[in-house]
Amino acid sequence: MALLTPNRARTSSVPPRTRRGWRITPWLFLVVPLVLLLTFTYLPVANMVWWSFTSWDGLKPEKIFVGWKNYHRIFTDPDILQVFLVSAYYLVGAAIQLVLALYFAVILSFRTRLKNLFKGIIFFPYLVNGVAIGIAFLFFFRPDGTLDALLALFGVTDPPTWLGDPSIANYSLAFTSVWRYMGLNFVLFLGAIQSIPEDVYEAADLDGATTWHKVRYIVIPGISQIIGLTAILAISGALSVFEIPFIMTGGANGTTTFVIRTIDLAFEYRKLGLGSAMGIVLLLLVILITIVQRKLVPTEKGDLA
Amino acid sequence: MSAPTLIPPSADDVRVERTLTLGDRLRAASARNRSRTARVSGPTAAVLKYVSLVVASLVAIVPLVTLLFASFKTKAEFAATGPLDPPKNWLNFSNYSKVLLEGDMIVAFVNTLVILAVALVGTILLGTMTAYAIDRFNFRGRGLVMSGFLVAALVPAVTTQVATFKIINFLGVFNTRWSVILLFLGTDIIAIQIFMQFMRSISRSLDEAAMLDGANRFRIYRSVILPLLRPAIATVVIIKGIAIYNEFYLPFLYMPSGDLGVLSTALFRFKGPQGSEWELIAACTILVIVPTLVAFLALQRHIYSGLTSGATK
Repeated sequence: MALLTPNRARTSSVPPRTRRGWRITPWLFLVVPLVLLLTFTYLPVANMVWWSFTSWDGLKPEKIFVGWKNYHRIFTDPDILQVFLVSAYYLVGAAIQLVLALYFAVILSFRTRLKNLFKGIIFFPYLVNGVAIGIAFLFFFRPDGTLDALLALFGVTDPPTWLGDPSIANYSLAFTSVWRYMGLNFVLFLGAIQSIPEDVYEAADLDGATTWHKVRYIVIPGISQIIGLTAILAISGALSVFEIPFIMTGGANGTTTFVIRTIDLAFEYRKLGLGSAMGIVLLLLVILITIVQRKLVPTEKGDLA
Repeated sequence: MSAPTLIPPSADDVRVERTLTLGDRLRAASARNRSRTARVSGPTAAVLKYVSLVVASLVAIVPLVTLLFASFKTKAEFAATGPLDPPKNWLNFSNYSKVLLEGDMIVAFVNTLVILAVALVGTILLGTMTAYAIDRFNFRGRGLVMSGFLVAALVPAVTTQVATFKIINFLGVFNTRWSVILLFLGTDIIAIQIFMQFMRSISRSLDEAAMLDGANRFRIYRSVILPLLRPAIATVVIIKGIAIYNEFYLPFLYMPSGDLGVLSTALFRFKGPQGSEWELIAACTILVIVPTLVAFLALQRHIYSGLTSGATK
């Protein structure tokens, strides 16, 4: 007993000290990341919510409350509504992009000569700097540029102006966007296909499944989660397109997207209230789409969601 | 492809083998069901497959290769030849030297490297610290902090710049490299998620053993956790490295001054005043693409696995 007493005394005196240490230590690790998170993510969002209900120009000291006027304008002003339509080109482009990525991922998951070379070439555009891509495609689409020269090989002598004609410019830009991002989707799909356990295919072999059956009933369901995730990213991406049209046309010829219009209004036309409201609308749309996706395709890593 | 001895065999090696056997199995299966699979895996299908791969490769390559052609042409040659004609002299580097000497590209390379280095080191330190605190401590507010970081991942940075601009101004870092560095650090949620994910796979018994040896929490973070997070750090360096190297909008908005260009913004400005001097613009663009190509060729496998693990977080 006498031996045990000091022991017990020690064990009872140590925990409080450690616990107090535990209470402060995590915050020492977290203080800088949290300050940055609040300053550069939550504070801007909070400010935008506030400004979106005012007619602030970004300069005057006073901000005049205008209620829902800015939001009302976003959904009634044809000038702003029109930019929603521009997203449709990129949405269609994104759909084509997913189908192409899936096709190439499936065929490259089978034995293929020069597989790594094809994989690398199809993927590489995703890594290229966005401004470099914009310039490469300005060169590609310009009058007497690469595309016109290629078409001339096939006897097309009177090509349209790919970026100058408002009825075509958005197709050209959406094509550039597909060129840029298809490789990423392709590599993600390929990785997912290759992680499908082998015995599933063996079982299918025993049942006499054809290649098409395997693609249809094993590969597609097996990677449905990544397809869902990619589709959501593509939709959010189509809504918030910015770089390619900004670099290539600056939004001219009917290629202004939602983000370009938002930035123009906020910085060029000094309508920070309206610009904030547009930012909030886009933010809500993106969050809504993500929530829908999480509901439809529950992630395996539930603890992160 | 023989892996250098330094790199442990990654999941990719295993995958490559697996797909080969998978292909074998499928072919064996199609031999068994020849009548039914002939349509899908017969010679016509093989031809179609390779034709589509070649077409896709051409579509990927042609816009960049024609730019490469143009970059080696003289002004007169560019005017006289078509975009599909290769240059007469493949060693005509005069456009490149002109771009490097007259443009802001050297300064831009330096600025990009400085921002890349500082932002990467900062991202790794802050990200690993956050993940360590959230995963290894039980404290009041832990759930709130965690969801604070997770919800922030939903906020697309491009939408909030209208308000971020005022904050950068208020902090007095507008038109300095710090503006962009701070934003790279402050809005980097994906790195934190990758670290948190990886941290969970590190056994707590290592922490406990170190604690029994008398190490305090900072010591454990520094000498136990940080070294074990190396694979996750590699993933973050790759994903963030690509993103920072290619970032256009943040430096465009916050570093407008001429001597503060990064590669993206310097290239964008170069495009403007040069008007139609395409052979110079082409050389400038190729200069920006070459480091990416070199990095890709050197780190291919790591880039693939990094993107795969990064995107599914």
